[in-house]
Amino acid sequence: MNIPQDHIRNFCIIAHIDHGKSTLADRIIEQTGLLTSREMQNQVLDNMDLERERGITIKSQAVRTVYRAKNGEEYIFNLIDTPGHVDFNYEVSRSLAACDGAILVVDAAQGIEAQTLANVYLALDHDLEVFPVINKIDLPSADPERVVSEIEDIIGIEAEDAPKISAKLGLGIEDVLEQIVGKIPAPEGDPNAPLKCLIFDSVYDSYKGVIVFFRIMDGTIRKGTKVKMMATGATAEVVEVGTFGAGQFIPCDDLSAGMVGYFTASIKNVRDARVGDTVTEADRPCAEALPGYKKVTPMVYCGVYPADGAHYQDLREAIEKLQLNDAALQFEPETSVALGFGFRCGFLGLLHLEIIEERLEREYDLDLVLTSPSVIYRIYKTNGEMIELTNPTNMPDPSEIDYMEEPVVRAEIMLTTEYIGAIMTLCQERRGTYIGTDYLEDNRAVLKYDMPLNEIIYDFFDALKSRSRGYASLDYELKGYQRSKLVKLDILVNREEVDALSFIVFEGSAYERGRRMCERLKEEIPRHLFEIPIQAAVGGKIIARETIKALRKDVLAKCYGGDISRKRKLLEKQKEGKKRMRQIGSVEIPQKAFLSVLKLDED
Amino acid sequence: MFRDDAMNLELYIHIPFCLRKCGYCDFLSAPADEETREAYVQALCAEIAGAESPADAEVSSVYIGGGTPSILTGEQLFRIMTAVKKRFRLSEYAEVTCEVNPGAVDIGKLSRLRFAGVNRISIGLQSADDGFLRLLGRIHTAADFEESFRLVREAGFRNVSVDLIHSLPGQTAADWERSLRFVAEKEPEHISAYSLIIEEGTPFYERFGDIAGEERVGTVGAEYDRVTGGASGPDAPKGEETLRLPDEEEDRIMEHMTGEILAEYGYEQYEISNYAKPGFACRHNLGYWSDVPYIGFGLGASSYLGGVRWANPRDLNAYLEAASAGDGAFIPEKTDVQVLTEAEREEEFFFLGLRRTDGVEAADFAERFGHGWDRYLPSMERLERDGFLERTAGGFRLTRAGQDVSNTVFAEILF
Repeated sequence: MNIPQDHIRNFCIIAHIDHGKSTLADRIIEQTGLLTSREMQNQVLDNMDLERERGITIKSQAVRTVYRAKNGEEYIFNLIDTPGHVDFNYEVSRSLAACDGAILVVDAAQGIEAQTLANVYLALDHDLEVFPVINKIDLPSADPERVVSEIEDIIGIEAEDAPKISAKLGLGIEDVLEQIVGKIPAPEGDPNAPLKCLIFDSVYDSYKGVIVFFRIMDGTIRKGTKVKMMATGATAEVVEVGTFGAGQFIPCDDLSAGMVGYFTASIKNVRDARVGDTVTEADRPCAEALPGYKKVTPMVYCGVYPADGAHYQDLREAIEKLQLNDAALQFEPETSVALGFGFRCGFLGLLHLEIIEERLEREYDLDLVLTSPSVIYRIYKTNGEMIELTNPTNMPDPSEIDYMEEPVVRAEIMLTTEYIGAIMTLCQERRGTYIGTDYLEDNRAVLKYDMPLNEIIYDFFDALKSRSRGYASLDYELKGYQRSKLVKLDILVNREEVDALSFIVFEGSAYERGRRMCERLKEEIPRHLFEIPIQAAVGGKIIARETIKALRKDVLAKCYGGDISRKRKLLEKQKEGKKRMRQIGSVEIPQKAFLSVLKLDED
Repeated sequence: MFRDDAMNLELYIHIPFCLRKCGYCDFLSAPADEETREAYVQALCAEIAGAESPADAEVSSVYIGGGTPSILTGEQLFRIMTAVKKRFRLSEYAEVTCEVNPGAVDIGKLSRLRFAGVNRISIGLQSADDGFLRLLGRIHTAADFEESFRLVREAGFRNVSVDLIHSLPGQTAADWERSLRFVAEKEPEHISAYSLIIEEGTPFYERFGDIAGEERVGTVGAEYDRVTGGASGPDAPKGEETLRLPDEEEDRIMEHMTGEILAEYGYEQYEISNYAKPGFACRHNLGYWSDVPYIGFGLGASSYLGGVRWANPRDLNAYLEAASAGDGAFIPEKTDVQVLTEAEREEEFFFLGLRRTDGVEAADFAERFGHGWDRYLPSMERLERDGFLERTAGGFRLTRAGQDVSNTVFAEILF
């Protein structure tokens, strides 16, 4: 394929969630004529059902389109889609590194949000040319002029001639396309130099093996090239090279410096082709790898168990399959007294966890029980040993512990000033250390806090949204570890300790959390034929208690001819309900009760 | 006893009409004009004439229920019974019940019923307190009941049942005791006493919520004032008061006192909500809990025959149309058809059989299924230890505590 480099544009779209990134991508694809309107599905780039339902983009993807500009020339657009959540920050950074420019989409009504800012800085860090687009001008509350000055004041980039568009209605898209040609620089790079490609994503396909998504910095890749991943050291022979249609792969003979595409090489595992790694030729390697490679590591762990112990093997196979496609997902077998055999899984964050849970339940038809999420604690023992703890059950006896450390993040919360008080209170409740406030303009500000990650992974995001009526947005990154007074909080149901409900908590919050946990479990666990005490304990000492009263009445007063079928259906429901319960001693605990700890702030 | 006789068959005949729909009622019933009622009676007779029935079956019981069957004329009820006798072999000792509403019968209609072969009358009183009757949306008074009861006796009925409901919004134990004694003193042979079920889709559901026992508060205020016009009983709720649905504890107090008070008058409990003088347990209802086959006629009526359960369609016009196309004999479309598996029949053995106070017997199970009930024994023994079941000579039955939570007990036995 012979495309002059100066007719290629590699770019991405960055935006806050819901500001219209996917819709704009749809319009660009539509108006560059790659697809007819008839072929357009809503939000072409979002492949997975789950993404469509949640309205967010999880995995990066790319599409190549052809645009005939007003100057009569044809340009190749490689649009690289980036994930839109803080859990996937590293993936975002690698996608950005594959681009030469970025379109910044800002909602004409809402203006700039924390995520917008974080992504813009990330883009500028990668030396991308960023030009803004103001979207949703069709909204009654749209105020494009205010947003223009906001962009210029806060981000400091020119926004006067920013296209003012409605991606939804298809207004102003032409303007965006021309600016892509005019403002985003063409790629550079020597097609004859040793091969140097950046992997910005990889997916597993059961027929082709791993499909590697890459951007060529230097050199040329073609079928038969012996490639080597510089970080993992894996080598393979390229079987197929191609570019991205919308939703399909289009093979070609070769791709040269500046282009974005994919290759397959019978690679069996996404771990061999990690995001951020550099692909080169095995026989003629480039001098050095591209900067920025990082092996992503999980930040949040939790136990994943089959609701029905008989499905342990099915669960293992399902997780293994998901892992083929998800280098960040980790797992190892573990056992729980309460839940039997399962796996301790590591995730990038809570959203990642939820996505995996949903995929396991939906795509593999598994009923799951999840334990309280945990971060990685460092325990320094009196014998000088340091252990990293991801499962509260494995916490050593307090007498063996010298001190403990927990991970801390730098959190940036963008909000309207009226909520500063409420959110500062929230951050303080969550042991935040105030770092500072940046006032962006009259009524907007960024609060900066250093916060323990374990305060964020539970229900911080929900609390943030509810206490700011949805006007606050959060971005964070891992800062390091800090020494902390932490204890293990145990929950006893009917006087039996339920290991799957234990979690590590700051000593000063233990009483409050224990009390709320008991209250929550009282709501979640149905009444039984007998009274059930629910207790929270630290180090064997009970600190909170609730009682679930015995069931006093559960009877059908009438059961004649026609009622019998209804009674049958009632029993079926009881049977189904029972399937979603775990038997702990003589008590049946609904699966969702195990995630109660996530919902302690809801009231 | 009759339930050992495999050839028994029961008939249920549904009359889906009433003068006014009550606030708590979720039966298939609505007001209708005279013309519709007559068309329905004709359809019913055609359905009965067209019924498939095992050749050797003998009908041990007929039950005409509703709605308000007494809304039909004596002549119409007579025609229905004639259709039954024409199509089925009615046992000489058959129990033939007809439900009536207080105030909706006169001596002429009752005599007609007697003549048609009806030998048991069930009167839907619900409460002896006019305030609560109004709250329920009933159109009769306690005095109407007294008059009707007298007429029923006068017409010669020696087997009479009265229905009552407790745990009404605002009702106290004292209110309930008054209703119970009021009825028991009249000495009907049979009393059904139900704990109010707030069914979804009823006006009561809108007002008082879905879960009996949970403290749901319904404010009725001026509307209630208008309905009751000043309730009659001393403890009946008044005026702007807030009506609270009795909670679980109060409900169970009323439930438990029912058995105790009725025992004073010589009634024995034979099922969760049913009490009778010795020898007067309702055979028709016992049949439902003892695997006796039954055929239901009329709108939405349920049938159970040859191990299959089904229901008639619920749309009145469709039913009438199908009947008129049938030329004097028709079979309605079967809906909600359930072919019971062996496992489901075993389940029913327990969850229906244990409703009876004489409980379930191992020998009966073995005879019906050809194997023992060992599979269910561990859970039954556990429930016995916990005080929800008790042993009888040949099996188990629910204790008083077991009756209160019988849904849970059944689930524990079965799953």
